Amino acid sequence: MNPSPATTNTPPTKPQQSRIKALLKTMWKERAAYLFLLPKMVLFLAFILVPVIWAFVISFQEYGVFESEWVGVDNFVKTFESDAFHVALLNTLKYTVFTVPLQVLIALGLASLIHPLGRFSQSFFRGAFYLPTVTSMVIIAMVWRWVYNYRYGLFNYFLEFLGIPAQDWLNQSDTAMWALIIMSVLIPPGVGIIMYLAGMGAIPESLYESAKMDGANAFQRWWRITVPLLKPTTLYLIMLSLIGSFQVFTQIILMTGGGPGNATETLVHLIYKSAFRDMEFGLASAQAVVLFVITLIFGVIQYRLLYRKGEE
Amino acid sequence: MGKSFTPSKFVTYTVLIVWAVISLLPLYWVFSTALQLSEYEDEATGQKVSYVESVPPQLYPMGIPKYFEELGKANEAEEAGDTAKAAHHEERMDAIVDDTFSGFATLFQSTSIWKWFFNSAYIAIVVTLGILIIDTMAGYVLAKKKFPGRNLIFWLIVGTMMIPGQITLVPMFMMVQNFNLMDTHWALILPDLAMVFGVFLMRQYMLSIPNELIDAAKIDGASEWKTFWTVVVPLAKPALATLGIFTFMNVWNSFLWPIIVLNDADLYTLPVGLKTLQDQNLAIFKLLMSGAAVAAIPMILVFIMFQRYFIKGLTLGGVKE
Repeated sequence: MNPSPATTNTPPTKPQQSRIKALLKTMWKERAAYLFLLPKMVLFLAFILVPVIWAFVISFQEYGVFESEWVGVDNFVKTFESDAFHVALLNTLKYTVFTVPLQVLIALGLASLIHPLGRFSQSFFRGAFYLPTVTSMVIIAMVWRWVYNYRYGLFNYFLEFLGIPAQDWLNQSDTAMWALIIMSVLIPPGVGIIMYLAGMGAIPESLYESAKMDGANAFQRWWRITVPLLKPTTLYLIMLSLIGSFQVFTQIILMTGGGPGNATETLVHLIYKSAFRDMEFGLASAQAVVLFVITLIFGVIQYRLLYRKGEE
Repeated sequence: MGKSFTPSKFVTYTVLIVWAVISLLPLYWVFSTALQLSEYEDEATGQKVSYVESVPPQLYPMGIPKYFEELGKANEAEEAGDTAKAAHHEERMDAIVDDTFSGFATLFQSTSIWKWFFNSAYIAIVVTLGILIIDTMAGYVLAKKKFPGRNLIFWLIVGTMMIPGQITLVPMFMMVQNFNLMDTHWALILPDLAMVFGVFLMRQYMLSIPNELIDAAKIDGASEWKTFWTVVVPLAKPALATLGIFTFMNVWNSFLWPIIVLNDADLYTLPVGLKTLQDQNLAIFKLLMSGAAVAAIPMILVFIMFQRYFIKGLTLGGVKE
């Protein structure tokens, strides 16, 4: 920023005032910038910032049609004491623990296989694995409900080849969550594959050549060079996948509705039910705040762990 | 690319092909079920056979072999001079075609899927155009202008990208109610226009545009607005393509918020329409898969046409070491 002459020439008795004047002067000079930002900022404030802050406020209130009442931390107490929340939290954790590592590992594995191929094969497989990612989860959930159909579904049909007896996957409380996990793992991690491929492309060839001269075999080169150098990508993908798993919703509402019983109840589905079926806006907001905090904590732990390991 | 085919290459290709088949099978199954014969009279037994619900499942639309079977019989009969029999088989061929597409026919006749399709398309286009304009403007000044408050605004925007969207559901619902926007498309369009990913993406891209080009235009006496449109926007075309495609995809596929604010069936977008279709016809899989196919086809076409922008977008907005 160019210091405007006003700052240097003003008498030292009124530094405060002149600093404000200088600020206003720069602001006026750059007024076009503010005008360019205006439409986005208005929308951002109205539909993101204010609602986020408001959500925190509502979480301390009991919502009424005419007047809302302050209830302190009641909603949070209710949240932590309710069985429904415990079950939803545990289910979400179970889903996350099984899907996130597998999704990232599968992305790494497939990208490692695709990367050495020729240009045509590369773009073919990249396209094939990314295609399901562009289709709506609504469609994917609908077709998987059909795939899991007890009598006519494709899944039981293939399992019978492997000698595994048919199951009514989505309607038994001990299999429903597993069915959702299997489905998530079998949907190809299109984003992960593309990001890993980009990362692999950026690793200098010379590193591999010198390792080769030192007598490292293909697996050692992959494990000692590729995997460590892709750590930033891995970190980013784990975070992305973690956030996605914690917010799993579409599959739940379209395939199981949280059931049977509450076997597949997840956090976001619970929030949705609290808010729009039970009209418990305060409670739903408290649950959403807890989801936010959990996501935040996970993100921080993840970040710390991976970076500390990487620096040693 | 080597000419020799080593065992390790064989393993690589086998794994990739098997995994690709598993990955694409559900999508294939949407189309296969949508085009499956619903039921068909078995000539030998005279019984109606349901193909969508057969054990084991029919792995491809049975109309295809049946059609050629009847075609062969019709030709045979014609050669033998039995026109009545030939006509009978030709009739059956028509019936097979009708039955194959009956899911789509029912869908277009007895639901509002045309309206849902139109709603989805116009909302996605309006939001995409709006986002392209306002996010490019915002991204440009955040990258290229120095003004008080710039960093604060940028970090505010980046910070909210991490917040799970579900947290705003209740406040947004109340706002929409207070402004009487329930059951309007404004309730979808306005919040979508507020999404911040595009600002971040455009700013990152704008940083790579040389300042000299912008300064040169200014020395020539062009106004800010003119510089923006004639210099900055053309230079940002690759990022614009990427942002446009991702915005279109997100809006087209958006589900949670639309099911909350839309109640009138004429205003539904495709994902909401599909959900109600499923709620009403839980077990009619041919019809459901026809609906799913209608919703899937546009995104598949967009993907095939603009594949490289999808890939560029993921790597552009991604990790910065």
